[in-house]
Amino acid sequence: MSGSLLLAGGRVIDPSSGLDEVRDVLVRDGRVEAVERGVAGPEGIPRIEAGGLVVAPGLIDVHVHLREPGAEHKETIRTGAQSAAAGGFTTIWAMPNTDPPLDDPAAVGFVREEARRWARKGEGGARVSPVAAASLGLAGEQMTEIGGLVEAGAVAVTDDGHPIHDPALMRRLLEYTQSFGIPVLQHAEDMALSAGGVMNEGAVATALGLRGIPNASEATVVARDIYLAELTGGHVHVQHVSTREAVELIRLARERGVRVSGEASPHHMALTEEAVRGYRTEAKMNPPLRSAADRLAVRQGLIDGVLECVATDHAPHHYEEKEREFDDAPFGIVGLETALAVCIGELVKPGDLTLFDLVERMSTAPARLMGIEGGTLRPGSRADLVLFDSEEEWTVDPASFRSKSRNTPFSGWEVTGRVKRTIVGGETRYRDSA
Amino acid sequence: MTSPGRELGLGKDLIGLESLTGAQIEAILDTAEPFKEISERKIKKVPVLRGQTIVNLFLEPSTRTRISFEFAEKRLSADTVNISSAGSSVQKGETLVDTARNLEAMRIHMVVVRHGSSGAAKFLADRIPSNVINAGDGQHEHPTQALLDLLTIRDRFGAIAGRRVCIVGDILHSRVARSNIWGLLKCGADVAVCGPRTLIPAGIEELGVRRLGSIDEAIEWCDVLYVLRLQLERMEGGYVPSLREYNRVFGVSSERLGRAGDGMIVLHPGPMNRGVEIDSDVADGPRSVILPQVTNGVAVRMAVLYLLAGGRPELAEDAKAAGP
Repeated sequence: MSGSLLLAGGRVIDPSSGLDEVRDVLVRDGRVEAVERGVAGPEGIPRIEAGGLVVAPGLIDVHVHLREPGAEHKETIRTGAQSAAAGGFTTIWAMPNTDPPLDDPAAVGFVREEARRWARKGEGGARVSPVAAASLGLAGEQMTEIGGLVEAGAVAVTDDGHPIHDPALMRRLLEYTQSFGIPVLQHAEDMALSAGGVMNEGAVATALGLRGIPNASEATVVARDIYLAELTGGHVHVQHVSTREAVELIRLARERGVRVSGEASPHHMALTEEAVRGYRTEAKMNPPLRSAADRLAVRQGLIDGVLECVATDHAPHHYEEKEREFDDAPFGIVGLETALAVCIGELVKPGDLTLFDLVERMSTAPARLMGIEGGTLRPGSRADLVLFDSEEEWTVDPASFRSKSRNTPFSGWEVTGRVKRTIVGGETRYRDSA
Repeated sequence: MTSPGRELGLGKDLIGLESLTGAQIEAILDTAEPFKEISERKIKKVPVLRGQTIVNLFLEPSTRTRISFEFAEKRLSADTVNISSAGSSVQKGETLVDTARNLEAMRIHMVVVRHGSSGAAKFLADRIPSNVINAGDGQHEHPTQALLDLLTIRDRFGAIAGRRVCIVGDILHSRVARSNIWGLLKCGADVAVCGPRTLIPAGIEELGVRRLGSIDEAIEWCDVLYVLRLQLERMEGGYVPSLREYNRVFGVSSERLGRAGDGMIVLHPGPMNRGVEIDSDVADGPRSVILPQVTNGVAVRMAVLYLLAGGRPELAEDAKAAGP
């Protein structure tokens, strides 16, 4: 009976139905059949003792770089999906800034099919949904054939890493995507304002002699995009919000009903620009780690729901690419395998967010926000689940990552909350062996 | 030989002045005093660093600093090799970490490094056991330049503490400014910066310096006017509209120096753009200590080499005769 099992006695958290109680979860043929007390599963169904564990809808990450095609030395679709499963994710969105970029249906189809192919071979991880390029070649000039890309499996469009600069193109995108009910994801950055910048602008950058990226390079683009979303009625989703100004802009816009949403990354909630001192390239990412006030604003944004979801911006790089002068090292850090524990440590342990709400922000909210399946354990839904121990303490050791890359600022951190099992469509895709 | 710089607690390397204490900086300056005299001798050579091999790794163009280090090394009898980026393996795409490992494999004692990227000196120092001396890394620090500036100020005033020093010009891109800010503050000076707002970096006050609005205000306020070079490429970056405009608003002229106090002196790290940031009559005038700065550069670099090689400040005078 493939795709069938009984998860017995776990603390079931299902934000979609307001549930947070000890229950059994019966999965049959890849779907949730029942979430009840004392379920006696049919004969022959494997029984998994979940006592002491949280059983929740699988986590969803709408911002992941899988690097394939083109940079398979950093990550592949297989290793990225497995890394995601090890982090408790059952669905990830793959960004299109590959080489070639995901700007035609064949490339989009390749990413989707490659993930499925590995799953069929028993080496699958999380489900992989491709996000297509918004402009041809990510050049910010001509719109891609979004209809064809959606048919091939694209769930959204973005030029991530190459902010959409031309306001007229952004307007057209926010209009045109409405035919397909998908959002435009924007890496909000004015490249002219941040030209040459490698970290947050401020006293730390000044002391280190590194070029700064001002908060305004994010905030000005967010403000513009909000007005364009208001003009068009389209949905703009601001990726990796890093500044207090952007949080405030999104808050005000949402209050007046603009279709703008935002995501918060674990690293922007856990770290500040101080982490860069010593020229630590594993703390170099874009947008950069900001000031303490910005960090607090992003956390508060997520807590208040102004930023609806957590997203990692998992950005793998080979170690020798990071083993360089700070200016020359690439932006980005991996995040899939540390996200849940870092968020529990940063938000749940201090009492700022309940575990229930964290599951909501990492699963139910992104599903609802993006209009995709998942984020629920309601009977009949796809059996995408995560089992984790919310109390288990462990030490982050990049050498144990499923990801091909090791570039994390959390190396050596003592963290709390460990994924024990990840189930995709009723099939176990990850089991903690430690 | 004693362990490197342990008496002063300098550690293995000299990366910047930010991590040093005022006492350590003053001790380096004290150590430079006996070395000044060597350069005044007819035969300018002592055996202090005999048998030491030093690589001058200059991956960014430099004339003055490189030559000053070379003189310091040669006058202390070290064996030196110069590597510049043009024509080296670096130009062929070798990474800094590989360059470092290869140097180390040749069993050298010290590396003096100049590099265009902030943090490059520390990067190197973290990866090789040799002593590393930062001869300028990007826009981060240029510690020996600041040390020679401090020595020049101390020569003139007897002490650095309590002096008012204003650094004028392109603070944003200047490693000289950063090293001087740290060094001056740690030695007890009152430090200000002055320049076009486009060239004053964000958060500079948080480092402990004040900002002065105009060059006239700066000249009236300070005992030491530290004029930075305006790099000509800043025009292309759009930081200032033109050289003429810069000279009009921030150029140091003898007319403007009319407001200065009696003992006020003018420093410049060189090379100068005469008629841009500084007028010739100021550069060559009575307040200028620009050439004494250059002379002090050799003595300060001798002191740093000696200390990192394990020399002790109080033995510097004897070391000149016998080696460390």
